Amino acid sequence: MTLPGFSDAMPLHGLAGGLLIGLSAAMMLLMLGRIAGVSGLAARAIGLSAGGAPRDIAMAFILGLPLGALLMSLVTGPVVTRFPPTIWPLLIGGLLVGYGTRLGSGCTSGHGVCGMSRLSPRSLTATALFMASGVGTVALLRAGGLL
Amino acid sequence: MKQTAIALAAGMIFGAGLALSGMADPQRVQAFLDLGGAWDPTLAFVMGGAMLVMVVAWAIQRRMTAPAAAYRFELPGTTGIDRKLALGALIFGAGWGIGGLCPGPAIADLAIAPLQVAPFIAAMLAGMALHRLTTR
Repeated sequence: MTLPGFSDAMPLHGLAGGLLIGLSAAMMLLMLGRIAGVSGLAARAIGLSAGGAPRDIAMAFILGLPLGALLMSLVTGPVVTRFPPTIWPLLIGGLLVGYGTRLGSGCTSGHGVCGMSRLSPRSLTATALFMASGVGTVALLRAGGLL
Repeated sequence: MKQTAIALAAGMIFGAGLALSGMADPQRVQAFLDLGGAWDPTLAFVMGGAMLVMVVAWAIQRRMTAPAAAYRFELPGTTGIDRKLALGALIFGAGWGIGGLCPGPAIADLAIAPLQVAPFIAAMLAGMALHRLTTR
C-alpha cells in the first residue's frame, strides 16, 4: 500500500514495524521493569555507563538488534539501506549522536517511544527538541546545497 | 539467565521491527526530517505503532507492583527539565539529521550493511566515550 502524495512512504510496513518495536519495549517494561532505551543500553553494554541496567541484560538486548534485523531480512528479502555517499556525514553524525544521547539521557527509543507514551515531561521536551533540531539541521544542509 | 533471554528476545523483536519498518534506511529517516524535500512520513507511522502498544503497556504497568521477571521497576524520573537534557537533545537531533541514523537503527544495520555503518558506530562510541571522560 502506498500513501497518496507520498510515493516513497511505507505506511503499513512502518506501522507493523512500529508495533514490533512497541512489543519489544513493552516486554522490557512489564517483564524486566526497565526502559528499552537503546543509547543507554548500548553505553552500558560496552562499559561506558556506570549506572543503568545489569550488564548482561544490556549486552543481550544490544546483540539482539542486529540478530533481529538479520532474521527479518531472511523473511522479507534484502533490507534497503541507502547511506550518504561520503564518510563525513557518518563520522560527524555519529559523534554528535553518541555525545548528545548521553548528555540528554536518551534517544528516539527511550525518550521517543517509552517516554512520550508515559507522558513524561522530560521525554516530551527532549523529543520535541531533537525532532526540531533534526528538521532544522536538514533544512540547513539543504540550504547549503549539501543534500 | 531468564532475564538475559528475555532481553535478547526483546532486542531481536526491536531489530526486526526496525528492519521491517524501513527505519534501517538512513535516507528514509533523513527524508522524514526533510520538510523542504520529498517528505517521507513513514517514521510517523513507526512511532505511532510503537506508541499504541506502549500506551497500553504503561496502563498495565500502573496496576502492577513488580515486573513479571524482576524484583522491581527501575524507571527514570519524568520531571526535572535541565540544560543537560535540552542541550543533549539538540546535539543528538543535529547528528540524527546529518547521518540519518539514531542508535537503534545504526546497531541493527551492523547485520545488514556492516561496512557502511561502521564509521557511524565508531564515531558514536567515540562520542559516548567523550561524554564519559568529560563528565564526573
